[in-house]
Amino acid sequence: MFLPKLIARNAMRHKLRTALTVLGLVIAVLAYGLLQTVVDAWYAGASAASNARLVTRNAISLTFALPLNYEYRIKGVDGVTQVARSNWFGGVYRDPKNFFAQFAVSDNYLDLYPEFIVPPEQRADYQRDRRGALVGRQLADLYGFKIGDVIPIKGTIYAGTWDFVVRGIMDGRDESTITRQMVFHWDYLNETVRKKNPRQADQVGVFILGVDNPDNAAAISRAVDNVFKNSLAETLTETEQAFQLGFVAMSNQIIAAIRVVSYVVIVIVMAVMANAMAMSARERITEYATLKALGFGPGFLSLLVFGESMIISAFGGALGMLLTPPAARFFKQAVGGVFPVFTVSHETMAMQAGCALVVGVAAAIVPAVQAARVRIVEGLRAIG
Amino acid sequence: MVIPLHYIARNVWARRLTTALTAGGLALVVFVFATMLMLDAGLKQTLVTTGERDNVVVIRKGAETEIQSAISRDQAAALEMYPSIAMTPEGRPMASREAVVLISLTKTGYTTPSNVVIRGVSPLGVSLRPQVRLTEGRVFKPGSSEIIVGSSLAKGYGNVRIGDHLRFAQRDWTVVGHFDAGGSGFDSEIWGDVDQLMQSFRRTSYSSMVLRLANTDAFDKFRTDIDVDPRLANEAKREQQFYSDQSKALSAFINILGLTLTTIFSVAAMIGAMITMYASVANRVGEIGTLRALGFQRTNVLMAFLIEAVLLGLVGGIAGLLCASLMQFASFSTTNFQTFADLSFRFLLTPAIIVKTLLFSMAMGLIGGFLPALRASRLNIVDALRAR
Repeated sequence: MFLPKLIARNAMRHKLRTALTVLGLVIAVLAYGLLQTVVDAWYAGASAASNARLVTRNAISLTFALPLNYEYRIKGVDGVTQVARSNWFGGVYRDPKNFFAQFAVSDNYLDLYPEFIVPPEQRADYQRDRRGALVGRQLADLYGFKIGDVIPIKGTIYAGTWDFVVRGIMDGRDESTITRQMVFHWDYLNETVRKKNPRQADQVGVFILGVDNPDNAAAISRAVDNVFKNSLAETLTETEQAFQLGFVAMSNQIIAAIRVVSYVVIVIVMAVMANAMAMSARERITEYATLKALGFGPGFLSLLVFGESMIISAFGGALGMLLTPPAARFFKQAVGGVFPVFTVSHETMAMQAGCALVVGVAAAIVPAVQAARVRIVEGLRAIG
Repeated sequence: MVIPLHYIARNVWARRLTTALTAGGLALVVFVFATMLMLDAGLKQTLVTTGERDNVVVIRKGAETEIQSAISRDQAAALEMYPSIAMTPEGRPMASREAVVLISLTKTGYTTPSNVVIRGVSPLGVSLRPQVRLTEGRVFKPGSSEIIVGSSLAKGYGNVRIGDHLRFAQRDWTVVGHFDAGGSGFDSEIWGDVDQLMQSFRRTSYSSMVLRLANTDAFDKFRTDIDVDPRLANEAKREQQFYSDQSKALSAFINILGLTLTTIFSVAAMIGAMITMYASVANRVGEIGTLRALGFQRTNVLMAFLIEAVLLGLVGGIAGLLCASLMQFASFSTTNFQTFADLSFRFLLTPAIIVKTLLFSMAMGLIGGFLPALRASRLNIVDALRAR
C-alpha cells in the first residue's frame, strides 16, 4: 500500500500545477472528441444512406440531366422494382446563408424512403395540393415552419420566386435519419418549366431505383448503364451510399486537415504534460537519491514517476470524456443545424481514452529514466 | 531601476528543456493559427486574381454561379452591341461568349472523381484574361476538338499531358497545350472552343459572357443599362467581385474552423506557459527576494517575469511561423461549395499574417505568464530571502 499512497501524495504536492495539467488534458481530450465527431457528422449522410437503393445520374457529371423517357427503360431492367425521379432545385430561402436542400420528387419517392415518416392524412393533403411541400422535422424546427405556411424560395437554377405550401412534416425513423430537406411535386416543377422554357422540361436530375435484392445491386447497376451505353446521355448508376460518399470525397482535404489537427492538440498537451512531469522530477532529484540510499531500486522510482503521470492523465481524460457529450449538444445548437446528426460515437470515446493513456505514458518516459538513473551521491548533493 | 534584459533572456535559456517543451506547444498552436490564415489569404488571392478589373461577367438574373446561368444567343448578341464595351482595332467588340460545364475526372492517387470545370471560350476569350499564359504547346484551334489545360490540373491529374485524349460528351478531345493563369481559379479549368463544346454537350444557350469595358467608370452605367433593357434578364458584375462572391461560403468556413481550433488550442498552450512560469517563479523565490532587497520595485519584478513570458511566446511564435512558411510549397484543393467545382489554391504568407501571428504568440505568453508574474511581484521580501 506504500507505493499508491506515495504516488497520490506526490501528485497532490503542487496542487496548482496538477490542476493546470488536468485542465490542459481536459481541453485536449474534449477538443479531440469534438473534432472526431465533426468528421463523423460529415460522413453521417453517407452512413445513413441505404445500400438497397441505387442512384442513376448522367455520366458526364451531376449538372447534366437525364431525359424523362429513361424512366420506362430503367423500369424494364430485371431486378428494378421502383423508379422515382428527383431534381435538385437549389433555391434560396430569403438569404443564401439559409442553405437547405430542396428536391422536386415524383409521388412514389416516399415509398422508396421508409425512413421518412409522414402521417397518412398529411400525405394525402400533400398529394392534393399542386404547390404542396413536405419539410423535414429538423428543418421545420430550425425555421419554425408549420403546416399551412407558405415558403417563398428564389430559384437559382429554375428562375423566379416559387411559393410552396407546407402540407406535412417528415419525421425521421431514428436519430440517424437526416430530415433537413424539403420535397415538392416534380410535376409542378416540370409543368411550370414547360410553360417558360420548353427545352428545360422533361429533364430528370437523378433516378432513384428500388431493387428486389440488395445483393444484386452491382449487377443491376451494370445492367442499367448498359442500356444507355453510346446514347446521348450515358448513365452512371451506383448505390446511394457510394453516391453520397462521392460528395464527402469532394472535401476530403478539409476532412484530412481536421483529422491532422485533432492529433496536433494531443501533441500540444503532451508537451505541456511532459514539461510538468520533467519539472517535478528535477525538483525531486534529492528525494530520489534518498529513496535509493534507503534501498529502493530503480524500478520502484520509475514506477513512482509513471504512476503519478498516469493518475493525472487518467483523471484529466475521464473528466474530458464526461464533458464531451454535453459539449457536443451545445456545439450542435451553436452551429444552428449545420450538422443534422451530431452524436459522439463509442469509437470516439475509446480513442479519447487511448489518447489520454498515450499522453500519460509518453510524458513519463524521460523523467522516469532520469529518476531511475540518479546516482545516490550526486543526487544527494544536488540542489533543486 | 529596471531589471536588465539579458538577465531575463538568460533565465529563459537556463531551463532549456522546459523552455523547448513549452515553446514547442506554443509553436504548434501558432502553426495552426498561421496556416489557417495563409489558407484563407491563398483562397482570396486565387479568386481575386481570377478577375480582371475592367472585365465584366454577365449571368442570368438570380443565378449565383456560371453553372446555374443561361444566356441565349440573342441576349449575347444584344450585350455585345452596348456602347460601353471596348473594341478591338478591327472594330469587333471585346467579348467572349462562354459555356461552363462540369465533368468528372479522377485525380492521380484518388479513386473518387472530382468535378472539373470545362470552359468554352470565344476566340477573344484567352486574350481577355491577360494573366493566362501558355506554358507548353499551343492554343486550341477554333472549330476543332482541341483543349488546353490549366496548370493545377496538369499537375494533379495524370491523363492530361500534351497529346493525350480525354473522352467526354461522346467525343475524344486532344490536349494541345498547358496554360498558367498566375495562381488564379482558371488554373483548375480546362478550356476549349465554345461552339464545339456547346454542340457536343447539346446546349443551346451560353452560361455567361465576359466583356471588356471601354473605360473603368462605365461599369455602373452598363449595369443599369442592361437592368432596364427589356430584351435581357441578366445581371452584370465586375469579374473580381464575381469570383470573390463565389468563395464567400468557403472562406467563411475556413475562418470559423480556424478561429475555433486556435481558440481551443491556445487555451491548452497558455496553460503550458502558465505551468512553466509558475515553476520559474517557484525556483527563484530566493533570487526574487535578493532583487527586491537590492531595491528593485514590485513593478520591476512583475515586468521582468512578464517579459520572460513574452519572450517564451516569441520563441514559440517564431518556430511556429518558420514551420508554417514551409507550407507555402504545398497546395490545397477542395470543392467550392458554391460552384461544386474543384478549386486548388496555395498557402500564402503575407506580411500582415506574420505580424498577426507574432502578436498572437506574444499575447499567449503574456496571458499565460500574468498570474505567475503577479505572484512573483507580491512575494514578501523577508519570507522570500529566508526560502532556502
